[in-house]
Amino acid sequence: MSGLRILVPIKRVIDYAVKPRVNKTNTAIETNGVKHSMNPFDELSVEEAVRIREKNAAKVEDILAFSAGPAKAQDVLRTAMAMGADRGVHVLVEDGVEGGELEPLGVAKMLRKIVDEEKRNLVILGKQSISDDSAQTGQMLAGLLNWPQATQAAKVEMGADDMVTVTREVDGGVETVKMKLPMVITTDLRLNEPRYASLPNIMKAKKKPLVKKTLEEMGVDVGRRLKTIKIAEPPARKGGDKVEDVDGMIKKLKELGAI
Amino acid sequence: MFSISRSTALRQARTSLRQSQATTVPHVSSLARLLSSLAVLEQRDGKLNTSSLSAVTAAQRLGGSVTGFLAGSSVKAVAEEAAKVKGLEKIIYVENGAYDKGLPENFAPLLVENIKKGGFTHILAGNSAFGKNVMPRAAAILDTQQISDITGIESEDTFTRPIYAGNAILTVQSTDDIKIITLRQTSFAPAETEGGSAEISEGVDPKAESPTEWLSEDLAKSDRPELATATRVVSGGRGLKSKEEFDRLMPPLADALGAAIGASRAAVDSGFADNSLQVGQTGKNVAPQLYLCAGISGAIQHLAGMKDSKVIAAINKDADAPIFQVADVGLVGDLFDKVPELTEKLKA
Repeated sequence: MSGLRILVPIKRVIDYAVKPRVNKTNTAIETNGVKHSMNPFDELSVEEAVRIREKNAAKVEDILAFSAGPAKAQDVLRTAMAMGADRGVHVLVEDGVEGGELEPLGVAKMLRKIVDEEKRNLVILGKQSISDDSAQTGQMLAGLLNWPQATQAAKVEMGADDMVTVTREVDGGVETVKMKLPMVITTDLRLNEPRYASLPNIMKAKKKPLVKKTLEEMGVDVGRRLKTIKIAEPPARKGGDKVEDVDGMIKKLKELGAI
Repeated sequence: MFSISRSTALRQARTSLRQSQATTVPHVSSLARLLSSLAVLEQRDGKLNTSSLSAVTAAQRLGGSVTGFLAGSSVKAVAEEAAKVKGLEKIIYVENGAYDKGLPENFAPLLVENIKKGGFTHILAGNSAFGKNVMPRAAAILDTQQISDITGIESEDTFTRPIYAGNAILTVQSTDDIKIITLRQTSFAPAETEGGSAEISEGVDPKAESPTEWLSEDLAKSDRPELATATRVVSGGRGLKSKEEFDRLMPPLADALGAAIGASRAAVDSGFADNSLQVGQTGKNVAPQLYLCAGISGAIQHLAGMKDSKVIAAINKDADAPIFQVADVGLVGDLFDKVPELTEKLKA
């Protein structure tokens, strides 16, 4: 197998345990003072890349982490490097400058450029960001590059002759597909269990190279195609009615017409 | 593929629609003529996947003509079946076994060629494993920004969709000429399978090579209703403690109610239940008439997948569990007592 040059795109999002709040003007989600961390699916991508190196020591040339976002996106890049990525590229996109977050199509175009410049042959992305929930970027990147794609991966096996076998989570079970590098993989929850970065590795990560770029330097059209009209709270459910026992439950379910 | 005059005409039609308070009939019909939707239908082993007919329902709400799209081996028979679906004017089918597995590397180019040929303005598919895999790839090839997992249609270019695990509803307006949309199937009931008489025609087949080889699949077999479309769902969580207890308690309850079985991520991660049963932000979205859960605390990510259920019932020993904030019927108690008792009394 030829050398693997892996790209792991990662995104800084509101921490999964935080309940997001809509702002007063119904234009965005409140992000000020809210805990952020690496998108959970992206942790799986970084972990998988590092595991591929650990299992196939000689074959992985390097692991490049990439993030586009505000200055603080560097924090998640450092986390990725503490987990084992070798270096990072950060494209600075200030909040609100582009009228909101970058859209998947714009990100995919940026990633295509990084793939070309950095001669990547394997891109591992999360299956979706838990903020926008679009689940598009990996597939779009594969489409732009005309590379094969294996989405919602639950198992990745690197074989001989650049062939990769991936077990995918699909409706009702799993399916297994085989394809040749270069390729795009998106990660599902069951792929692995991401490691915690140890303190020595966090210290080492501070010295790893991190290249900063501007959107202008990237020279990619990331203009928004979708206009946010409004963001609203979902209709609240009126819950909280408790019953004493099983008979009460059955009675109430009958009243509600559920059984 | 998309002439400037055409999109201008569409824009004019839209503008005049917005400007005039009293909408006149000619405006509507001129808009409707220009708006043409392609509903991507799924088939498996020569059988139409009826839950993919949600795309037809959504397409009808847009107005304009609705065409169904099918591809695979011996798909002509499926096309004839789909021709009876209410609301479909045309069916385009492409007969080629290379498309049976819905591999995105050849299915996306196939779709793109047929979109270009038919001049469709809106392409809709369910947000299923297939839709998620294929549609964004097709969107990128067409250079349009897909709108994922819509739950509502405001107008031909404006849609609503949940973000942040359903904690916010985004209304978004597309400026792209071609709108690629995946839809949440629980928000659009599948179109009726009788009463239509669509015209059937063959589509273009670009015969793109798929570099991906499909090897095998392992699908959970069950006689119970399909989780995503079941009218009743019983769901178990970490509180069930083991796979043995999950298998002992949940199937009889499901059978007593004629329900599908679901699970929380904790139950799936602990190996109590299969991955494909996970309900939540990263699993299945369900919106049954009844969602009855036991031993599920109600984390944000789980609520994302079930809070549109009509009636939610919960059994949990922790009276402060967040699930009780959304449950219409809550019972505080030990599920190891309550679930068997409930099963017995429902059977009686």
